[in-house]
Amino acid sequence: MDITIAILLTIATAATPLLIAAIGELVVERSGVLNLGVEGMMIMGAVGGFGAGYLTGSAWLGLLAAIAIGALFSLLFAVMTLSLATNQVATGLSLTLLGLGFSGMMGTGFVGLPGQRLPDLYIPGLTTLPVVGEFLFGQDPIFYISIALTAGVAWFLFKTRAGLTLRSIGDSHGSAHALGINVIRYRYMAVIFGGACAGLAGGQLSLVYTPQWVENMSAGRGWIALALVVFASWRPWRVLVGAYIFGAVWIGQLHAQAFGIPVPPQILSSLPYLATIVVLVLISRNKRLTMMNTPASLGQPFVPDR
Amino acid sequence: MRLELIKRPQRSALFSILSPFIAFVLTLVAGSIMFALLGVNPVSALHAYFVEPLSQVWQLHELAIKAAPLILIAVGLSVCYRANIWNIGAEGQFIMGGIVGSILPVTYPEFQNAFVLPLMLLMGMVGGAAYAAIPAFLKARFNTNEILTSLMLVYVAQLLLDWIVRGPWRDPKGFNFPQTVQFSDAATLPELWPQSGRANWGFVFALVAAVLVWLMMSRMLKGFEVRVLGSSPRAGRFAGFSVGRMVFFAFMLSGALAGLAGISEVSGAINQLLPSISPGYGFTAIIVAFLGRLNPLGIVAAGLVLGLTYLGGESAQAALGLSDKVARVFQGMLLFFVLGCDTLIHYRIRLVGMTTPKLEPASKLEEVH
Amino acid sequence: MKRLLIALMATAASLSMVVGAQAADKLKACWVYVGPIGDFGYSYQHNQGRLEAEKALGDKIETSYLENVAEGPDADRAFERLAREGCGIIFGTSFGFMDSMVKVAKKFPDIKFEHATGYKTADNLGVYNARFYEGRYVMGQIAAKVSKKGVAGYIGSFPIPEVVMGINAFMLGAQSVNPDFKLKIVWVSSWFDPGKEADAAKTLFDQGVDIISQHTDSTAPLQVAEERGLHGFGQSSDMIKFAPHAQLTSNTDEWGPYYIERIKAALDGTWKPDNVWLGIKDGAVVLSPFTNMPDDVKAMAEASEKKITDGWNPFTGPVYKQDGSEWLKDGQVAKDEVLLGMNFYVKGIDDKLPQ
Repeated sequence: MDITIAILLTIATAATPLLIAAIGELVVERSGVLNLGVEGMMIMGAVGGFGAGYLTGSAWLGLLAAIAIGALFSLLFAVMTLSLATNQVATGLSLTLLGLGFSGMMGTGFVGLPGQRLPDLYIPGLTTLPVVGEFLFGQDPIFYISIALTAGVAWFLFKTRAGLTLRSIGDSHGSAHALGINVIRYRYMAVIFGGACAGLAGGQLSLVYTPQWVENMSAGRGWIALALVVFASWRPWRVLVGAYIFGAVWIGQLHAQAFGIPVPPQILSSLPYLATIVVLVLISRNKRLTMMNTPASLGQPFVPDR
Repeated sequence: MRLELIKRPQRSALFSILSPFIAFVLTLVAGSIMFALLGVNPVSALHAYFVEPLSQVWQLHELAIKAAPLILIAVGLSVCYRANIWNIGAEGQFIMGGIVGSILPVTYPEFQNAFVLPLMLLMGMVGGAAYAAIPAFLKARFNTNEILTSLMLVYVAQLLLDWIVRGPWRDPKGFNFPQTVQFSDAATLPELWPQSGRANWGFVFALVAAVLVWLMMSRMLKGFEVRVLGSSPRAGRFAGFSVGRMVFFAFMLSGALAGLAGISEVSGAINQLLPSISPGYGFTAIIVAFLGRLNPLGIVAAGLVLGLTYLGGESAQAALGLSDKVARVFQGMLLFFVLGCDTLIHYRIRLVGMTTPKLEPASKLEEVH
Repeated sequence: MKRLLIALMATAASLSMVVGAQAADKLKACWVYVGPIGDFGYSYQHNQGRLEAEKALGDKIETSYLENVAEGPDADRAFERLAREGCGIIFGTSFGFMDSMVKVAKKFPDIKFEHATGYKTADNLGVYNARFYEGRYVMGQIAAKVSKKGVAGYIGSFPIPEVVMGINAFMLGAQSVNPDFKLKIVWVSSWFDPGKEADAAKTLFDQGVDIISQHTDSTAPLQVAEERGLHGFGQSSDMIKFAPHAQLTSNTDEWGPYYIERIKAALDGTWKPDNVWLGIKDGAVVLSPFTNMPDDVKAMAEASEKKITDGWNPFTGPVYKQDGSEWLKDGQVAKDEVLLGMNFYVKGIDDKLPQ
């Protein structure tokens, strides 16, 4: 295998969970809700996916379970912040705390067991194409889901009426409510979608990336996903670019080491975060860009008054 | 059926007092069910959680150690949040306080006299405040969302600490282990009553900060300014208050307090820099700030309660073999109940029958799944 | 309601008395782990040792542990708590617990403390460690035999002496078979992050190595080797279940025998603070069954294992440092203190040690 393709494949696997979780959070934030519990929902998806895969013997059922658990767990956040109007930041942080603990409790019996791995795609004739075959047609199913999800969310947000409504809620829930839109219902949908995505991302960890269950295996990827959403200024395709840049920096650094080029990994690792801040500043300097991209009512609770 | 919130004309005094108790009882009930399901006697579990840590002097000291950074950071954050400024990067400011405050004991370890400790504390505050000034500047100058910039800067600070401890500041005699030299006695925050436990001056700083900020918020013009700008920036502007200056004030005050917490932790409890100096104090403090309802005195109580759940979790683990995962779940439950019950202060909750739902927009959202 | 409360309080009171009363004649042995016992690596193995001790000594002891204890103030509190809760002997399993243990041991002179991988001792504080490098030497030999390309990959956590020592032993073993053997080293700056470890393994394979060794704790690198149809070595625990066709052997930690011996000593009053460094011959470092290799390689590995059991040290001269200067003369054996502070590579490693 050509080394460039090999590197690309490794980057894709590393970037996919970040991309999926970030795409989910993007929809949540576009609706004006900030859910800092991504890490918690992700780890719940990881343990649920592994457990269901292991117990049923089917990695596909594991995948479904990961999505379901992520969605279910986010429902807790939705009830708290949307129905009870609690503070989103504090509730999201509590959700992460709860998820890390709860997943550890659920997963005690799964430690040290080899799990199911989702099989890679194989299309006769295509997968074996020279150079591009393996990258385009020979990866795990979640890779394709992640691309489809990006395209789907981009289409939904910018090409459908419901997407427009969702964005308008994120920009001004007050006006949206005045127009007769059910703000809370939309936000419920968005939060649950975000939870399902985070769960799927966790499932990728325990069913593809490293098919096993160990505590804390998400290792901070949920937080990176949060950063990615901002880095991408709430644009789906930019999230994809951002996730692959994150992955490329990390994998490139490993390759540099293996070639014998010393690099201080911390400095390289901090670049994406600094880049995110620069991007934020650039988009906020331009009033028009800000208006177009930043959900103005992000993080503010909404209670319909009547 | 669904929940409907109806805003009370003013906050309910009754539920202000009652809500923490309701939350606590709910936590006890839910916790008991969980413990019973895990095959542990709920009574002994709750005893280990809430009684045992409070029944021994040394544990009270430990509680003070654990609660001090939480209170110190949360008090600062409460000013920010009251002003409607969302600093969630206290973890980064805590770390920067630890790093900047450690410049003296790490690079000039032979400099040992009565000035070194006050200087360290001052530098820690300056470090935290300066780091907090970055998102404040970006917010004031470019109107950049401070939630996100302050969060990004947390990661940068963590990586900076990691690099500095593994690289330039690594103890030359430390067998390549990632740690700096140990601080001299002159650079160590003294303990309060060494005979009975390890609690250090950090806890006193936390209490003093809480009282001072409480006085500021309730008795001084500055506090009035914070509240006015927080609830209505327009009204604030008419009163002649500057939003931009408030952003700097709130960020730098909370940054300085987080920085002080950082250097107090490094100097008092750890005594050297390690690649990680905080088990997430900066984030936990956000929860503490809300548990304490953004009131500095309430925050003292909230910090102690949260600290107690850490200690209780350990005591349950040691005495009953309940794993630390259970402790975290229990903590999470407590937080959810407290946050949920506080809704009762501002809202009445009514259950209403479902009107015929319009599912049209919702189904469109689902197409994307 | 009131009656219920009174009843509850009475139960609580009687219960706390029961808790206080028991444990009078039994020895309570306690552990503090730095990671979760569910890591299937370092902390998991220590906990297996605890369970073995519990099984072997039955009702003479009771055990207790705290997991996921962060180094620093939380560790201070953990040791203090166990000391106060009637533990007679306390094992701390992370290097970073050293100063906490020194402090608490001073405060509780009647309680016995044992610190894994540290170097500070006291009248009631002993240290113990395992010579993992012995197993790594044998692994290096196997790698040089099995590798078709003559290059192995090595996934490191942090460049501390323990890890550098392992890399050097691996290389010396490999060179004893193939003097031109090459090593590619990648640091992941973590003891435990399955994703990152898997990425590192893929990177190394992509760069042309056909065998990997790791000084990180998860099974992820071996799973990658399994997928690629290549080979690797396990770490801490036997990982054969995760890589039935890829694992050649695993350098496992068996703390059980040591824990049993020390607790027995504490029980019959012969415990003294020790400074022991246990190896293959003590049963603390165990190479799990040699699999997926030809019989002649297996025979060689078994012979080396036997030689080390009989007292031979892999760090026996002549050994040269990376820059070509002589480190150990012919027949000279490295001193333990030097090994414990090792911060240089041996000759033949192309990489630069991060400083």
